[in-house]
Amino acid sequence: MPTTSPGADSDVVGLGRGRAMAFVAPALVLVGVFLVFPAAWTIYLGLLDYSLSGSGAKAPTFVGLGNYVTALGDPAFTKSLYLTLLYVGFSAVVGQNVLGFLLAWFFRTTRPAIRNTLNVLVLLAWILPGSVVAFLWQALLDRRDGTLNALLGTTDMAWALDHPMAVIIIFNIWRGTAFSMLLYSAALNTVPRSHLEVARMAGARPWQQLRDVVLPTVKRHVLTNTLLITLWTFNDFSPYLLTGGGPDNESEILPVYIYKEAIIGGHLGYGSAISLLLLLANLVIAVVYIRLLRNGSDKEATA
Amino acid sequence: MRLSRRAVLLTSGTALSLVLSGCVGAKDNSTTADPKANADAKDVTLTISANDVVGGKNAAEAAWITDSVIPGFVAAQKAKGVTAKVTFNGSGVEDEQYKTKLELNLKTGSGADVFAADGIWLGELASAGYVQPLDTVVGDTAKKWDGWTQISKAVQQNLTFKDQLYGIPNGTDGRVLYFNKTLFAKAGLPTDWQPKSWADILSAGQALKKLSGVTPIQINAGVPMGEATTAQGFLPLLAGTGQPLYDDSGAKWQGATAGVKDVLGFYTSIYGGGLGDPKVQQDKAGRDQSFADFSKDKIGILAEGDYFWRSVICPSTTDCATTAMPKRNDVVGWAKIPAMAPGKGVNGQDFVSVSGGAGWMLNPKTKYPQQAWELMAWMSSAQMQTALSKAQIRISARADVNAQTLTDDPLLSFISKEVLPITTYRPSDEKYNEVSLAIQEATAAVVSGKSPDEAAATYQSALQKAVGADHVSGS
Amino acid sequence: MSAATATHAPSARPAANPARTIAARSLGYAGLCVLVVFFALPLLWLVLTPFSPTPSYRATLSGFTFGNFDKLFANPQTWPSIRNSLVLAIGSSVLVIVLAALAAYALSRVRIPGRDQLLYALLLLSSIVTGTAAMVPIFLMLFQLGIIDRQFGVVLVLSGGLLPAAVFMLKDFVDSIPKSYEESARVFGASPGQILRHIVLPVIRPGMATVGVWALVQVWGNFLVPYVLLSDPAKQPAAVVMYTFYDAGGQPNFSLISTFALVYSVPVVVLYLVVNRRYGFAFQGGIKG
Repeated sequence: MPTTSPGADSDVVGLGRGRAMAFVAPALVLVGVFLVFPAAWTIYLGLLDYSLSGSGAKAPTFVGLGNYVTALGDPAFTKSLYLTLLYVGFSAVVGQNVLGFLLAWFFRTTRPAIRNTLNVLVLLAWILPGSVVAFLWQALLDRRDGTLNALLGTTDMAWALDHPMAVIIIFNIWRGTAFSMLLYSAALNTVPRSHLEVARMAGARPWQQLRDVVLPTVKRHVLTNTLLITLWTFNDFSPYLLTGGGPDNESEILPVYIYKEAIIGGHLGYGSAISLLLLLANLVIAVVYIRLLRNGSDKEATA
Repeated sequence: MRLSRRAVLLTSGTALSLVLSGCVGAKDNSTTADPKANADAKDVTLTISANDVVGGKNAAEAAWITDSVIPGFVAAQKAKGVTAKVTFNGSGVEDEQYKTKLELNLKTGSGADVFAADGIWLGELASAGYVQPLDTVVGDTAKKWDGWTQISKAVQQNLTFKDQLYGIPNGTDGRVLYFNKTLFAKAGLPTDWQPKSWADILSAGQALKKLSGVTPIQINAGVPMGEATTAQGFLPLLAGTGQPLYDDSGAKWQGATAGVKDVLGFYTSIYGGGLGDPKVQQDKAGRDQSFADFSKDKIGILAEGDYFWRSVICPSTTDCATTAMPKRNDVVGWAKIPAMAPGKGVNGQDFVSVSGGAGWMLNPKTKYPQQAWELMAWMSSAQMQTALSKAQIRISARADVNAQTLTDDPLLSFISKEVLPITTYRPSDEKYNEVSLAIQEATAAVVSGKSPDEAAATYQSALQKAVGADHVSGS
Repeated sequence: MSAATATHAPSARPAANPARTIAARSLGYAGLCVLVVFFALPLLWLVLTPFSPTPSYRATLSGFTFGNFDKLFANPQTWPSIRNSLVLAIGSSVLVIVLAALAAYALSRVRIPGRDQLLYALLLLSSIVTGTAAMVPIFLMLFQLGIIDRQFGVVLVLSGGLLPAAVFMLKDFVDSIPKSYEESARVFGASPGQILRHIVLPVIRPGMATVGVWALVQVWGNFLVPYVLLSDPAKQPAAVVMYTFYDAGGQPNFSLISTFALVYSVPVVVLYLVVNRRYGFAFQGGIKG
């Protein structure tokens, strides 16, 4: 039996540091070999003038931060970064988050029939494979045969061409709201019934209950959820299947930009460098989130 | 504690970067293959890969490989006392993805012994050292192959890079203007139409414009169409202005030259003048739409390759599903693509076309170079090529096969007799792919309403970025 | 964040009158109906087209036939690819659940310096590895390790990418278990193994189920990783086979694609339903700021 470690007060089971390490080790080894190593390698490629074919593949030269300088000076990159922020902001941070929360909130009081129907539909959108979903949306928006045009009686509206960003944002809300809904449903269950009872007796209207009782309790869940969906949406390649980044690069978010540069254009070094920039953008946003939460907690503590 | 952790980080960081640079640098493309390696082996294992798969994309060719090529080869080897085991690794994905995987395999020295590759990839593959000339990999046996006499120099050009042959062409194609005779009759145009200049195309378009619900002309442009934009739209037009895209002797690409501006201007007169539907060219599913529209008598003139005739509007609904045209042979006409004006095309031609095609190449790391070559030669034999053409009608690289198999198909024999002699091939330079992307962007710009001059200027700078300013001609 | 702030209203108002409540309620139901339509509309194609005699992008039923399914079931790729998808998806999600649960528990209960930062750093790195640019290093690495063209290798690569998020989510579950449960068990002389098996495991099972389904869904739809890492077509999963139902010029074969889309979707929906029924879906969330 290993002796208890200094942090024993939290180690209630008496796992001990040795066994704890043994628990973490398999995951760490797998992640180290199949994630950290290739990721570090990719970052290293970002320092090279590297391509998969052509003479750049034979003798890649070290260009240092050259790829980064090129990227930051390329209007196509800055535009793509801007589009990505729009996409993440509207579709994930606002769209999925708010809709997921509202659904979870309404599901507490709605009739089971409606709740179950909507629940299944929202989840289906999330669990169907990406290539199937691409077809579903092509069929929805198609200019000639699309369901939307048939329904609205509009002929020949090419939705994905006329409003590419709106289309991919709405698409991603459709696709990903389920995760937020699930997470918030569970989170709302942790709000003690008695607190809500008390608030209701005191004459608080639903939105007041929400503000004063519910939100303080689920704040951490909001952070976890926002962090994860931000990260996932930042790296979401599926809009490519809807618009191909077009028309005229109007919906070319960063993962699409990377694909076009690295795979279609063959500039792997450059694509790798952009991947790292994408990661850094994510890191900045995550730090902002965590700051916001920490400030919130401090205020609570002093209040 | 702190210090040691930093030390650990430092050492592991250094170790990691050493390993990484080792991995990137470690390549032994330097070892030249020995053509005679294992030439007398009694047990031979070979693999073929291609972007076609049984039950999916290009199923006919996949079936041909598994049902005809491999059994035939194995039997022939057996007769020589050799036990051959041949496997087929088929894919059925987009060309870009097939190419990525192919390159990864070649990079590691693994992968199939015989593989299919598009002629336009050759420059990239050869410059990376992934493939070697047949002379190097196989030696004299390849030179002495009797099949070469049946494959014209022009078609061989498709698998030639810096005057060296890298493989055997598998087939070729040609581009024409398809037109709908029913619509032409309605618009008062001749049903044996053959335009002599771009102006003739535009005036036919004006006549067709009077019919309601009909898009007069659709010529591939834009990014979603990918290589089809370059090969079926831009390049045939450019060939009609007199200069090829790439000047081999001067190693220069055409930038914003007068010819390029003329082509972009022609696009503007179609898509800006209400003769073509610009949205079709921007839509992800645009090519599907144009095919569907043509098959429903809604497009007057469409520039496409022979693939369109064979696999899109064929009369059989089992093969061509919703785009099948049961009365294709009566309704659909075709014409050669005219130069801008008579005599203005490349080599002073009146008519032009652009061809492409894939071929079979050898993996320079193959363990059995001679046997792999034998397999490739067997695939390209008259017997096997005839079998393939019979399974799915197409233009073979071999003249003797075409003479036999194309007689029943009026369009394919037209292309093989009238179009192939005047056609041009795309450059095999390693930068072609990037130039092609710049071309697609330029046509996308004019289709979405930018002026030809503006699009040409953007194209010029994209080109300079891709190939270097001293390899670009024009202002 | 914005979810929270967006729902803040200016200030309290007098108590609601019944008419207003009814109005608000019907507005709420109208809103829910709009949502039902919004989420259901794209699914129409999946339900109707496989049975259409002339399948295309149009989602209508112009007749009814099982003919498309006959074609699909006659296709040699259909069943093997679904089986391969099951192998990859179940293999990866089991591996992810087991490793993530062990790590999450230890990370939650034993203080390891810098664990939150480490977890988030790994989460960020996973975004690089799941991107297209990392395909080359991954391929070259698997080649060196000699596990190219092995489903096992694909499972390892996919699991490596999914693990950080899985640990991240599961750790929240473990954090939410009151420590008093484990403490009282310990007082009664239970060994760590018994505590884990009889106390911890039952509590985090819904969490493991959730993460398992999430992992399953990610792998089920993944195209690029298996395509690049497997060369034998007989090992390719359904996500890859879906793309083979196009002809050389990129024309989709609608009879095969529509029916395959349905057949390909069913297993993952069924697995979801089974897991949901047995373990119930639940999330506990929240990281310490």
